[in-house]
Amino acid sequence: MTITFEAVTVSFPGADGPVSVLAETTLTLEERRVALIGPNGSGKSTLARLVNGLVTATSGRVLVDGLDPDRDGREVRRRVGFAFTDPAAQLVMPTAVEDVALSLRRTHPDKEERRRAALDLLDQAGLAGLGDRSVHALSGGQRQLLALTGVLATNPTILVADEPTTLLDLANTRRIADLLFGLEQQLLLVTHDLGLAERCDRGVVMDEGRVVFDGPAAEAVAHYRATA
Amino acid sequence: MSALLLGLHRPGSTLLHRLPAGAKLLLLAAASILIAVVRGPASAWVAVAVAIGLLAWAGADPRTTVRSLRGLMIVLVVLGVFQVWQAGWALAFERVGDLLAMVLLATVVTTTTPVDDMVDALVRALRPLRPLGVNPEAVALAFSLMLRAIPAVAEIAEEARQAAVARGLERSPRARLTPLVIRVVARARLTGEALHARGLADD
Repeated sequence: MTITFEAVTVSFPGADGPVSVLAETTLTLEERRVALIGPNGSGKSTLARLVNGLVTATSGRVLVDGLDPDRDGREVRRRVGFAFTDPAAQLVMPTAVEDVALSLRRTHPDKEERRRAALDLLDQAGLAGLGDRSVHALSGGQRQLLALTGVLATNPTILVADEPTTLLDLANTRRIADLLFGLEQQLLLVTHDLGLAERCDRGVVMDEGRVVFDGPAAEAVAHYRATA
Repeated sequence: MSALLLGLHRPGSTLLHRLPAGAKLLLLAAASILIAVVRGPASAWVAVAVAIGLLAWAGADPRTTVRSLRGLMIVLVVLGVFQVWQAGWALAFERVGDLLAMVLLATVVTTTTPVDDMVDALVRALRPLRPLGVNPEAVALAFSLMLRAIPAVAEIAEEARQAAVARGLERSPRARLTPLVIRVVARARLTGEALHARGLADD
């Protein structure tokens, strides 16, 4: 699937006039795994959020498989799943199985069937036996796995993951990485973990709202290391 | 973790667990009206005793129940003192008892009913109102979010308290309330974005 940014800019109103967070950016992303890297406040998350309409372009155009996230929001969101840094904000139901089942309401109208499907997905994610556990009582790694499971339950064709391992320890980072890199979906990964970024097919380095390097992931990481 | 109970279902096979969610919600509404209408402290505390019995039958863990009601107890004590001052002992006992009984009965419902069942019951109940512009799925989702928000806000409040203590500001209401309000609003905003991202705000 092709994600296109055509001369896209994003700015927000400020006390002394508009504050630019993304300078004019033109990109076409077709690779299966793309890493967005760069310092804090460089515009990575803004670029990622444009893909499913969480942020609206001030000028220019974003297209996902030919669809505009602003105009065709519902259709785009069925194609694009989004995983946030803090899974706690993403988990909206009291227990793990109910949260995954919420994502399955459209595809599984029968309640029992929906619960079984949700439990199956939890098993596949390595969360077997935790279905009836309060999301509140899960560890950070389990919460992130659950949040990703809830997103993937909607069967998106693209997954945008915004720093999904930032809050996790080494073991849980590995679990999330194994899950992400085992997916068949196209992955747009915003990350500070350069090891993860290097595993992608393409790397885009951002700084001060601009793309400053775009190429093979290993070269992008090397560029970022050299300039950071 | 103090308010966990209100958002936590405990699986079981008692009659309370097997009753349909809609029936339980109707019984809860009827019982609440009855508790409010019947006057006198004795009836209020009989209702409390019945609710405690139902909680035990539902398999609720007594320690967790007591811990989860600590915050409510503080409110009840303050309310009770105010009522004693304003209306006397009898009315204070009645009102505190009424409120406690209603909360305990509501806890029986949430303990014995998966949220998914309550959501389905709400959607069914609200479906006739669709021609009037009511979106049953949206109302049901808001209900689920409310239940989920209870422990989430409690966790933020505890973190804000610990942060205040760490800075030696444990006696400052501003040091505890300001971060609590800001973080609750920020969490609400993030939750809205998450719903949007999962396509749940489109239905």
